[in-house]
Amino acid sequence: MTSTVSMTVNGKQVSAECEGRTLLVQYLREKLALTGTHVGCDTSQCGACVVHVDGISVKSCTMLAHQAEGCDVVTIEGLADGDTLHPMQEAFRENHALQCGFCTPGMVMSAIDMVNRHDTLDEKTVRHQLEGNLCRCTGYHNIVKAILAAHPVMKGTA
Amino acid sequence: MPEGGIGASVKRKEDFRFLTGRGAYTDDEVRAGQLHAHMLRSPHGHAALGSVDTSKAEAAPGVVCVLTGPDADADGLGGLPCGWGITSKDGTPMVEPKWPVIAQGKVRYVGEIVATVIAETAEQAADAAELVEVDYRPLDAAAVTETAHRDGAAQIHEEAPNNLCFDWDFPGEEAAEAVDAAFEAAAHTARLELVNQRIIPHSMEPRAAVAEYDKGEEKLTLYCTAQAAHAMRLLLGAFVLNQPEHKFRVVAPDVGGGFGSKVAPYAEYAIICWASRKLERPVRWLGQRTECFVTDAHGRDHVTEVELALDAEGKFTGLRVNTVANMGAYLSAFAPLIPTFLYATLFAGQYTTPAISCNVKAVFTNTSPVDALRGAGRPEATYLLERVIDEAARATGIDPVEIRKRNFIAADAFPYQTPVALLYDSGSYERALDIALEKSDWNGFAARRSASEADGKLRGIGIAAPIEATGAAPSAIAGQLGARAGLYESAQVRFNATGTVTVFAGTHNHGQGHETTFAQLVTDKLGVPLENVEVVEGDTDRAVMGMGTYGSRSLSVGGSAIDRAMDKIIDKGKKIASHLLEASVDDIEFDSGTFTVSGTDRTISIGEVAFAAYVPHNYPLEELEPGLDEQAFFDPVNFNFPFASYVCEVEVDPETGSVSVERFTAVDDVGNIVNPMIVEGQVHGGLAHGIGQALMEGAVFDENGQPLTGSLMDYTLPRADTVPSFDLDHTVTPCPMNPLGAKGVGEIGAIGAPPAVVNAVVDALRSHGVNHIDMPVTSESVWQALQSAKAS
Repeated sequence: MTSTVSMTVNGKQVSAECEGRTLLVQYLREKLALTGTHVGCDTSQCGACVVHVDGISVKSCTMLAHQAEGCDVVTIEGLADGDTLHPMQEAFRENHALQCGFCTPGMVMSAIDMVNRHDTLDEKTVRHQLEGNLCRCTGYHNIVKAILAAHPVMKGTA
Repeated sequence: MPEGGIGASVKRKEDFRFLTGRGAYTDDEVRAGQLHAHMLRSPHGHAALGSVDTSKAEAAPGVVCVLTGPDADADGLGGLPCGWGITSKDGTPMVEPKWPVIAQGKVRYVGEIVATVIAETAEQAADAAELVEVDYRPLDAAAVTETAHRDGAAQIHEEAPNNLCFDWDFPGEEAAEAVDAAFEAAAHTARLELVNQRIIPHSMEPRAAVAEYDKGEEKLTLYCTAQAAHAMRLLLGAFVLNQPEHKFRVVAPDVGGGFGSKVAPYAEYAIICWASRKLERPVRWLGQRTECFVTDAHGRDHVTEVELALDAEGKFTGLRVNTVANMGAYLSAFAPLIPTFLYATLFAGQYTTPAISCNVKAVFTNTSPVDALRGAGRPEATYLLERVIDEAARATGIDPVEIRKRNFIAADAFPYQTPVALLYDSGSYERALDIALEKSDWNGFAARRSASEADGKLRGIGIAAPIEATGAAPSAIAGQLGARAGLYESAQVRFNATGTVTVFAGTHNHGQGHETTFAQLVTDKLGVPLENVEVVEGDTDRAVMGMGTYGSRSLSVGGSAIDRAMDKIIDKGKKIASHLLEASVDDIEFDSGTFTVSGTDRTISIGEVAFAAYVPHNYPLEELEPGLDEQAFFDPVNFNFPFASYVCEVEVDPETGSVSVERFTAVDDVGNIVNPMIVEGQVHGGLAHGIGQALMEGAVFDENGQPLTGSLMDYTLPRADTVPSFDLDHTVTPCPMNPLGAKGVGEIGAIGAPPAVVNAVVDALRSHGVNHIDMPVTSESVWQALQSAKAS
């Protein structure tokens, strides 16, 4: 039993047929071929699948595609402007905040939302706020540095 | 000279694609007409397997076929092979039971595959798997490491009485006698019983594979999450699938972390290759995290008794180790190597202990098979040694710093032959410790402890001085020790006609930054700009051969192969340049991308030489072939020995038992460094892995072999708020065994961090009468230890 689900993804209007049980992350990966959003677990622990839905970070494995009907979704593919990276992507690159790259899309999307929600950030807050994102490669050290570096750039206070 | 050579922290070439969602991981590979495989797995730790009735599943919507154990037999599939053989002390070879790709007759661990459903969609395959009717008769299980080999334990394999895989003494009887004598003469002894608990690897990318068989070419292609594509092809092709190497391509595309768990060949890969060959359609499988929990090869799982003998001055005179090592239900590819030659050969550590002996009993249990996991054997060795040294410090009243310094191998004693087979090439252990003490403000600890105490907290500080043997390597030595494969590395360096360079390497990049580091080698030596160098790895049709990435070997072995290939490029380039510059080849010098006639200003760039090699209009064709494309294999004469000194400081809340790592100082020596930024990143990751093992990680099975930590809801991984920012420094003692002077950095953090953390925790609890606590040091275990100490 399938039905059509429509939404805006990275500024484009999209629609695709999917089952009621199809998760948003499956819709993005399998129907739209946006494979930058990753699936790292099956219990909503790892955060590799974080995208923005109507401006808020969401684990896209925790939401049905149908629940995103009509929403404005931004994925990792929607951040950079051509060759110009988003300040958070640039901070990750500059601070070596990624190794294998698998958790990276979710980390970046969570980090942007974190900066959006905080006028100021310190290390303790960043570490606490990253609780929903797992990384096995970096030991988090450089991810924390990158987010603290991106904050003033995104806020225009750098 | 272009920027970005050896020593520069250049930003990574691979980052743009990962940061913009363009990474291409196995599950991103989509094939026209692809089918989906779902693995039906045993819910029992140990059970007799009766009928597997697939008729209802076969009739379900979208199902193409259901495969079972007898089908695999009928089609002649082999079992999953083991790559290392160990000989027991009585001279008999280890017991090596067949590991069928789909269970037959019995299931021996939770997660073992009993049937595979292949369907048009993943959902249809999963739905149909629920219709397979399996007749299980549960059996008593042997799931506990310590007791699996005792009389009365349930027997798992017919050919393995007492579930014993091997019973191994090392180095041998003479050493054991020397150790006995050391204990008889000892002024002091220290003894601990330790558990090095089982942990689960958890690369963030679950294992995955896509197989495609081309009947027209009789060629099989397997995309999979692999650290060693060529080894995967060799093991699966020759031992399981009977697929000739020249008709089998294995591609490991972007891989989301490995940590050792993506080296071994896995049943799922064999099954989908077989299915694709049978059905002539692409077949894919994506592991769910829950499946990874029970089927990714686990790590560690040792129960150990360690004793250290000391003389009156606190010099170590003898070390005795008895270990029971859990292999799981079957032997994974390198499982027997880990608690033997990767373990016992490290018992000297950084110290001069003259007599060392050990016994290791490897046992089968009804648990997931184990294999290499970041460090593999070396964390287990380092943990027992650094813990028993702290216990000896307590027993003798000598300060933990002082007792280590009294026993370090001196910087002028290299090369140093240990009593456990290894010949250390270089080291400067006391200097690394001194820097770590200085950076960690060791002398200021008392004040910080007082401040914690004023706050109702306990504070502790701990040291670990790890060493490891990396770069697995020397093929000849490995062969003598039981390896069933060579351990060299290969590389091809190809100049393209327009002056850009493509490097084909047998290693694999799954986070280590090879695309950047290896390009830096080329920029440094050949003077080609970094952006004009492309590194290709993980494809058996493109790289000539390779043993892959594990054991911190990629730079020291693989990078050295690249270096050797570049030597050949320069040699040939000199001949071409001598022709073009009309000078004798002996007069041609090469530096920073330019060939020069010695003592003149006549020069030609390597780009021009490459162009001439591919457009040989003016070229010595009688003497020299066209082209500028060279290949090299590198097989070093010894392992490498990175070392470090770590200082960890923890605060413990005695009311709750919770432990927080307040400071962590790491001084590493990994030899020459190509990209300091990447090297620091590798250390950070290793330390977090080690802190995770020390404080929170642990795979738990009940007595029936049922996993109790089967998801990320019950198995704790370190998160951003459970590790501190790390304070790093390094010393550089170049490795004399390879042209780059590199030693390897991928594992040392995971090797050294666990004892540093546990030593710090024990130091914090010592005033309350606690002298040992097993990992993982959870708030519950700390609280219990404090209560028990109080009660006694």
